[in-house]
Amino acid sequence: MMSCDFDRAALAAYLDGESSPEQSAAAQQHLRTCTECAAEIAAMVRLRRQTRAAGSRFKPTADFRRKVQAQVVSRRPGFPAMRFATAAALSLAALILVIVWARQDATQADTFREVADLHVSDLASANPYDVVSSDRHTVKPWFQGRIPFAFNLPEFAGTEFVLLGGRIVSLHQQPAAQVIVGVGQHKISVLVAQESVLRTVFPLSHGVVVRDSFNVETWANHGLRFFVIGDADKAEVQKLALALSNANQ
Amino acid sequence: MDRAFFEQLAMPLFDQLYNHACWLTGDRADAEDLVQEAYAKALKGFGGFKEGTNMRAWMFRILRNTFLTSRSGLAAKNTDFLEDEDARPGELISHDATPEQILLRTESEQAVFAALESLPVAYREIILLCEAEEMSYREIAEVLDVPIGTVMSRLSRARAGLRAALGADLKQEVR
Repeated sequence: MMSCDFDRAALAAYLDGESSPEQSAAAQQHLRTCTECAAEIAAMVRLRRQTRAAGSRFKPTADFRRKVQAQVVSRRPGFPAMRFATAAALSLAALILVIVWARQDATQADTFREVADLHVSDLASANPYDVVSSDRHTVKPWFQGRIPFAFNLPEFAGTEFVLLGGRIVSLHQQPAAQVIVGVGQHKISVLVAQESVLRTVFPLSHGVVVRDSFNVETWANHGLRFFVIGDADKAEVQKLALALSNANQ
Repeated sequence: MDRAFFEQLAMPLFDQLYNHACWLTGDRADAEDLVQEAYAKALKGFGGFKEGTNMRAWMFRILRNTFLTSRSGLAAKNTDFLEDEDARPGELISHDATPEQILLRTESEQAVFAALESLPVAYREIILLCEAEEMSYREIAEVLDVPIGTVMSRLSRARAGLRAALGADLKQEVR
């Protein structure tokens, strides 16, 4: 059945963000030309997203949490009742903070994963664009009426960037715009969604971070959340992010 | 030993450890026992914890070792954990579900959960560490106390097993 002999383990390692830059480049190169492996990686992404839900399937009861918490927290004998109550209240407050913080952190990591998955499934799809155009004046109006917000695209003519197309995707169950921009051999995805519906706290500072072996830049502006993600150079991701940011001032 | 420091590091992992324990044992009461015992052991062993060590991997490793010495863990160890690590990864792929079938099956979270539950515990745990806990291969190697090469080969067989389980499920439904 399988005609392609590209190493499945190498595909998996690429998806896990565990391959070297050379191996990643080889995998990406291969995915552009092999529909079999592209379908394979799309299935892997899908399966992984569902499997991820297994990570929050079982929730401990509040009683059980208190039990373990009590076991962990030191209780010195003869501690005055008032001070103990204060300490308990403080540790409860700290616990709530930790939970909220951990949850935000998890949501944030989750969103990055989702963004990375969207980008990968775009690379993997044989016909990934709903609107195919290199003209921003075609792509931008196409989104109108399809998404509940508007954003601007910078002029790509005369730059190293090529506008490839766009499509509507779902990010955290909310409609988002994905614009695919080519630079050299690489593709970069720009994802735009409403900040309010993402309900996720992001660091507001700029800066490219590496997630799942991609370079990602994210920022919010006028209620919109932008992601720029791709395997292109950090500098190129940054440059595209800056152009977009300026176009949406 | 600093209990407050331990609490600060260990309690944020509580939900994840509990969820993982439920997947390992398949029973909420057993999972509670397991988590409680793991925290007690970790607290006791915290003196030997070096700052800068990966706390998450350390806690998951203690949870796992506690599980392996528990009643349900011993039963699993006698069967599941004896699998041959040198089996060639290609061997399992013959009964693999196709990408199209995977797309179909993954529409249902329940089907994926059921397939996970049907896997040997060694496969289930490595898939959860990788996909649900999003650990790196290095972290997983720390938790399982095996070389990274073993993580890669076991993970690849576990994934093939998961897809085979989804595929088998599919055949049953079609029939």
